[in-house]
Amino acid sequence: MIEIEKISKWYGDFRVLTDCTTSVEKGEVVVVCGPSGSGKSTLIKCVNGLEPVQEGRISVEGQEVTAKSTNLTKLRSRIGMVFQHFELYPHMSVLENLCLAQEKVLKRSRDEAVSRAEELIERVGLSEHLTKFPSQLSGGQQQRVAIARSLAMDPIAMLFDEPTSALDPEMINEVLDVMVGLAKDGMTMMVVTHEMGFARKVADRVIFMDEGAIVEDRETQAFFSNPESDRAKDFLSKILNH
Amino acid sequence: MDDFDFGVIIQSLPFLWEGLQLSLWLTFLAIVGGIALGTLLALARLSGILPLSLLAAGYVNLIRSVPLILVIFWFYFLVPLVLGRPIGGFYSALIAFVLFEAAYYSEIMRAGIQSVRQGQVFAGKATGLNYWQIQRFVVLPQAFRNMIPILVTQGIILFQDTSLVFVVSLRDFMTASSIVARTEGRLVEMYLFAAVVYFVICFAGSLYVRRLKSRMAT
Amino acid sequence: MDYNWNWGVLFEEEYLGWLISGFWWTIAVALCAWCIAIVVGSLVGIGRTVPNRFIRAISGTYVELFRNVPLLVQMFIWYFAVPELVPDDWGRWMKRDMPNPEFTTAVIALALYTASRVAEQVRAGIETVPEGLNAAAKAHGLSVAQTYRHILLPISFRLIVPPLTSEFLTVFKNSSLALTIGLLELTAQSQQIAEYTFQGFEAFTAATVIYVCIALVATVISQSLERYTAIPGFVGKEA
Repeated sequence: MIEIEKISKWYGDFRVLTDCTTSVEKGEVVVVCGPSGSGKSTLIKCVNGLEPVQEGRISVEGQEVTAKSTNLTKLRSRIGMVFQHFELYPHMSVLENLCLAQEKVLKRSRDEAVSRAEELIERVGLSEHLTKFPSQLSGGQQQRVAIARSLAMDPIAMLFDEPTSALDPEMINEVLDVMVGLAKDGMTMMVVTHEMGFARKVADRVIFMDEGAIVEDRETQAFFSNPESDRAKDFLSKILNH
Repeated sequence: MDDFDFGVIIQSLPFLWEGLQLSLWLTFLAIVGGIALGTLLALARLSGILPLSLLAAGYVNLIRSVPLILVIFWFYFLVPLVLGRPIGGFYSALIAFVLFEAAYYSEIMRAGIQSVRQGQVFAGKATGLNYWQIQRFVVLPQAFRNMIPILVTQGIILFQDTSLVFVVSLRDFMTASSIVARTEGRLVEMYLFAAVVYFVICFAGSLYVRRLKSRMAT
Repeated sequence: MDYNWNWGVLFEEEYLGWLISGFWWTIAVALCAWCIAIVVGSLVGIGRTVPNRFIRAISGTYVELFRNVPLLVQMFIWYFAVPELVPDDWGRWMKRDMPNPEFTTAVIALALYTASRVAEQVRAGIETVPEGLNAAAKAHGLSVAQTYRHILLPISFRLIVPPLTSEFLTVFKNSSLALTIGLLELTAQSQQIAEYTFQGFEAFTAATVIYVCIALVATVISQSLERYTAIPGFVGKEA
């Protein structure tokens, strides 16, 4: 469903992505990990065109993200994205956060949008918070709202950009639980995260990145039991040994 | 102080009140128009489209380097010439104020827009909102909210600035005061009174700004 | 648009002379007012931050008073009201013998008004200096005056060069208000040329171009001052 072919990206002279190639099949859950600065967040932002690439091509369901003729806003409305810092709209209630794009992009009626929002907010277990503002919620609750906001668009795939790294430890699980539920329902997911427990549990494949390049791209089991590269071994030992 | 006659103020209150209404009305319209045009200028400057942002920057810098009085003179001269007929001093002044204040408001709105995190724009884009929808529903409401104290402060300055329509004899509060001052020969009383009125309004405004700021800080 | 262009009017001896004389009056009023404003504004701004409560109150009152009354009203009060309010001898002197009354009044009004704005910048600058430096100075045994002289002022004055630049530009613009008490500075001269010749477009364009040039020169001067006074790597508390 998502095809990434030999993409490279520069910030001025600095190369952040080098010849990255990979793909995500329908219904697959792929975890992207690697040390900070390895380009994993940049890679995932390229998938829905938030970051432009200078070389290579990306396509989603056969539609080229990198082609000039592509209607990016239309494509983006079909791919959900969850951010490290939630990015809920602080001046809108939870309900309005969920309804805005439904009404403005999908042109749903107010009633349709509200009932879809209520359905999803219940799914993430926050029904009683519908009329609150984001600042009145905990970080974990905000991130669950953000996931519901993406789901409200009925996406064909979901991108997660370090969804738990800005959270206090005790809130990480409530968010991961929602994500595990999504994976079990068959959602196509690409997840940048350091949560290796989550990767073990639900990922079909793990992509390991370092210095802007994809170093390993393997089945989850194989990656954890027998990483090929020294850099992946090193990374795993650092992240798992405490 | 025996020589002073403050009764003249009481007698001319209705006349002064008319002037003050014109001042307030001009202030209000200029704030609304200035913010609207200023926001467009700020968006143009941040648009990333080079000719557009250069044009906006050029306009803002040009206006910011000339005195308001000169701008008022410009439009008193230009507006009837361009339209081919006189439209009255009030509208000429209003156009001058909107175009002049827009340059200052655009700098405020630009800072406001830049105070909104990049991630908010990404979040809007990621759900498929287009540029105008993102500005309209996500960025501008937050930018506006962050800048309210500064926008109000600029409004107070604008209110003081409206006194400059005196140079074209438009009958605002300042002009009305000076008409009474001259015809009644009571310069001292009238100008002190004008100062007190302006002070009370502007000081109340700045107290309000202070309250807004402390409320936002919590 | 029905208009007879005549750019040549700007170079006719009489009108060119008016523009030049207006230009010099603008420069003179603005620079004189600026010098006074810097001194008064600094004192008032420092006054707003000192421990002594009485000085703080007086400085605060000064700022609120001069900031919340339009400059035009202040100009009129200095010109029309003050000579009546001071003792008779002074008033007589101001009305009869004071040299160049419009110029002097315009400078005083503009200077004291601008001082209130400078004072706010100075205060903000002083308050931006990290609390720890103040504590360190005290710990070294410096007196309040010494702390201001050696620590707070040298740092804060460097920090406020950029905002003061915009105040410096504002002084030139605000000097145009001197025309309301009859000083024929640049804006007044261009208006006068417009009235005499009916060539408003040319006259106002000339004044606009001159103001833009003044702004450019002032900006260049301020920027080089900024570069000269910058403290490497130091950006104060807020950044």
